[in-house]
Amino acid sequence: MSRIELKNINKHFGDNHVLKGIDFVIEDGDFMTLLGPSGCGKTTTLRVITGLENPEGGIVTIGGKEVVNGENKYYAPPAKRDLNLVFQSYALWPHMTVYENVAFGLTVKKFPKNEIRQKVEAALDKLQILPYIDRYPSELSGGQQQRVSIARAIVTEPKILLLDEPLSNLDAKLRLEMRSELKRLHNELNTTIIYVTHDQVEALTLSTKIAVFFEGELVQLDEPRNIYRNPADLRVADFVGNPQINLIDAFCSYKDGSLLTESVIGKLSVPTTKSYEGECVMALYPEDIQIFEQRRADATKCTVYSVLPAGSETLMQLTMDDETVILAKYMGEKDYEIGSSLWIKISSDKINVYDKNSGKIIAEKESYEELNGRVLA
Amino acid sequence: MGVKKSYPNEKRKFNKEKMKNIVKGFLSNPIYLISLIAIVFLVHTIVVPLWQMLSNTLLWGEGDQLINPDAIPGGLTIEHWKQMLTSEASKNVFYKPILRSLGIGVAVSIMALIMGGALAWLVTRSDIPYKKTLTFLAVIPYMIPSWMKSMAWLTVFKNDRVGGAPGLLQFIFGVGPPDWIAYGFLPIVIVLGGMHYYVYFFLLTAAALNSVNSNMEETANILGAPRITILRRITFPLILPAILSGVILVFSKAIGTFGPAAFLGLPVNFYVISTMLYSNMQTGMLTEGYILSLTLIVLAALVIYINQKMIGKRKGYDTVGGKDGRKTMMPLGRWRMPVFVTVIIFMVSSAVVPLALLLLQSFMLKDGVYTLSNFTTHFWIGKANPDIAMGNVGVLVNDSIGLALKNSLLIAVIGAGVAALIGIIFGYIVAKGRNSFTGKVVEQLAFAPYLIPGIALSAIYLTMFAKPGLFLPSLYGTLSIIILITIVKDLPFATRAGVSNMFQISGELEEAAQIQGASFFKRFFRIMLPLTKQGILSAFIIAFISAMKQLDLVLLLVTPKTGTLATITYEYADTGYPQFANAIMLIIIAITMVVYYVSSKWGKADLSKGIGG
Ligand SMILES: Nc1ncnc2c1ncn2[C@@H]1O[C@H](COP(=O)(O)OP(=O)(O)OP(=O)(O)O)[C@@H](O)[C@H]1O
Ligand SMILES: [Mg+2]
Repeated sequence: MSRIELKNINKHFGDNHVLKGIDFVIEDGDFMTLLGPSGCGKTTTLRVITGLENPEGGIVTIGGKEVVNGENKYYAPPAKRDLNLVFQSYALWPHMTVYENVAFGLTVKKFPKNEIRQKVEAALDKLQILPYIDRYPSELSGGQQQRVSIARAIVTEPKILLLDEPLSNLDAKLRLEMRSELKRLHNELNTTIIYVTHDQVEALTLSTKIAVFFEGELVQLDEPRNIYRNPADLRVADFVGNPQINLIDAFCSYKDGSLLTESVIGKLSVPTTKSYEGECVMALYPEDIQIFEQRRADATKCTVYSVLPAGSETLMQLTMDDETVILAKYMGEKDYEIGSSLWIKISSDKINVYDKNSGKIIAEKESYEELNGRVLA
Repeated sequence: MGVKKSYPNEKRKFNKEKMKNIVKGFLSNPIYLISLIAIVFLVHTIVVPLWQMLSNTLLWGEGDQLINPDAIPGGLTIEHWKQMLTSEASKNVFYKPILRSLGIGVAVSIMALIMGGALAWLVTRSDIPYKKTLTFLAVIPYMIPSWMKSMAWLTVFKNDRVGGAPGLLQFIFGVGPPDWIAYGFLPIVIVLGGMHYYVYFFLLTAAALNSVNSNMEETANILGAPRITILRRITFPLILPAILSGVILVFSKAIGTFGPAAFLGLPVNFYVISTMLYSNMQTGMLTEGYILSLTLIVLAALVIYINQKMIGKRKGYDTVGGKDGRKTMMPLGRWRMPVFVTVIIFMVSSAVVPLALLLLQSFMLKDGVYTLSNFTTHFWIGKANPDIAMGNVGVLVNDSIGLALKNSLLIAVIGAGVAALIGIIFGYIVAKGRNSFTGKVVEQLAFAPYLIPGIALSAIYLTMFAKPGLFLPSLYGTLSIIILITIVKDLPFATRAGVSNMFQISGELEEAAQIQGASFFKRFFRIMLPLTKQGILSAFIIAFISAMKQLDLVLLLVTPKTGTLATITYEYADTGYPQFANAIMLIIIAITMVVYYVSSKWGKADLSKGIGG
């Protein structure tokens, strides 16, 4: 009942074209994350769905009902959309106690007093902040305020919950806790959630779907693992990689369903469905690089530039020639001397190849579905 | 993966559905309706009066036929302006008053800037002792009407040149001070700049200096900048906007000032614009008065325009976070005590001495005779005695003064309350419609009363509201007209305060309530109003104080039944009973001080917030 559909949404701030024909569908019960660099229009998209910002063009429907029609200048008021928004800044009312903050929406909807009390306490309990019920927001820590603002949003049991970078101000530990809390809430409340973040790890862990934005355009919308596995273009690849994806310039030619690439890491044959010849960029994750200490015929020699231990794993910067630096990840602890030699091997099924000029993908890896299908068969 | 590059090709043809939705959206969003009401109100109370003033100077009036045979009542003419600007009398009735007013404006601004700025620097940046007390004391002179300080000046410096009792100096030394010390330009400038308007500069600059995080200065210091460079490149630019808005406030107030100019200028025929204006109004020369007013408005607007050009984009640096920043105080060294003593002497002479003198004088049977045998409590509590003061009773037992007190309080409380509330609503309109046409119109119009001389405004109101008009019955002789003009005159401050208060509230606080389904009024009363409580209170206090002291604005409008404490004081002083006048003034000051103390103590009102600094 809370399927959200955006059709060709366009929004300008003065001359600044902020949303450029956004189209997407969020199914009932989805946990959809909007991901993208600062200023790409994520918050604006949320505000358009909420009704706090009115787009000049496009249509928004919620549960099959039109709430925005830019052509006809029809904009349903936010309160009529059965949704709630958690602001990035919390936006708690400083002159009201935690109880009053959370109860506000219910009093507006004229619930009976005892029912309000009951619902508020239940919501606070769910977020484990019941003991702070009589405090003022300024007497709470950032994480507690955070949870109050979530409680305020869920207490009215909206069909749709929108969260704008809700965890950006928390410390690493609290952030982890809150992530699992949110995931639990999503399952428990069975609402459709739209979530905004800069943090690609957060997006990958929480969502059922990710929409990646760049400069007001929706560039890719898919399941998290497919986004990670097959970024639709170079910008997405660069953005979702964690810690960072390797982008290696290459030159390629096409032959019998495969791209033959030639680069500092040698010649590789990557299967593809598209025919392409010319300059390209290969993308590969640090964890997909195999490292050998001994010379091997099928591996390329490189030099250790730096070693960055990160607890359970070790990151290494390796130089191939004077220009190319490759980041490789080793699971476990390892210490190599700077300047020593290593051999790396890259298998062609771990590589995505992109058109250097358009940035679009040419050769992609098998999707998870295909992979699973093959393994099971 | 919808990456659509095609943008909608806007249909330009008439779309009934679209029109319906636009109208519906307009009607269902109260901010449009409220803006509309606000603009109607502003047009009716400000634009129409200004227009009437202007048209009066450009049309032949009813009586003009007697003087000029060519006059056709209602016909267009520039004869009034020509007469005013080029006749033989022009020099005395037009040019001289204007030049004097401008001179006063410049001198007062400079004096107030130097004194207020120095004081602000001392209490925010030096290690002068008793800062809190100094800050509190520095604001006191603001509560004492400037015309009252003028009377105190006369009490000391009056000479026998003009008649009446001699001043204190003459009483002690036997010879009176020369005219240029007792009357005219110099005392007006000293009273206004050194004893009154420096408070504006003090409040604005101190607030600005406080918000400049001294870390900013320290950063520059670490980078190796010498002290003078830091002052010039960091501190000064940061407080420049505050200084310039202080100049606007003080200059435009000083060139329109009435009280001191009347008390200190009239005895030696030193006319400035406002006193000329008043004498025009009293002798029925309305048109001439309006021409002077319009000239004054244009001059003040010009100053503001130049000032805005100078402030330019610099207005409002965001220097929040200054609060927690520790301030490094500049040590004054061996000058610490001498500076402190000087400041105290200054404050005592601008606040305590005038009060003490007036108090003393209110107990003197014969004005100007400083002996114990001359002591009487008659002017406070005396019964009717035909030998003293024509049988007038003491102020504390005088019914007409009781009535005036009631009037004053009613006017000040209602006027200031409504003005503060309207200020917040206007602030909301301006802050929400930051870039919209309505927002700009409201902001500009609400500032206009600042430029209109009180006497001219009241003269127009007298004609405008004397007969029943739009929605209103005739208001002549009622308190309503006085309350209305008080509200209008307070709008500039109240709106500025409202705007700066609203800007401090993040829009998301309101949006969060909007999503929950709270109506506009619910949002306004549950969210916006409580959050601006302190700002509203500060604006209220400013408006209250200024309403209590208001003289020239209401002088033409009062009738015996609607007289205020201030106008009664003026009448007593004018008819030669300074003792009564002083006693009533002390009552006014006592009331304002109590209100200020209570509100700053319990309500945390902050005067600098009230003037939108
Ligand atoms: N009220 C506004 N007026 C003018 N421009 C705006 C306004 N709000 C946003 N913008 C502009 O629209 C663009 C998109 O802003 P938006 O807030 O949607 O970005 P975002 O993706 O949420 O960024 P971030 O991750 O930094 O929060 C930005 O370039 C921003 O400058
Ligand atoms: Mg954002």
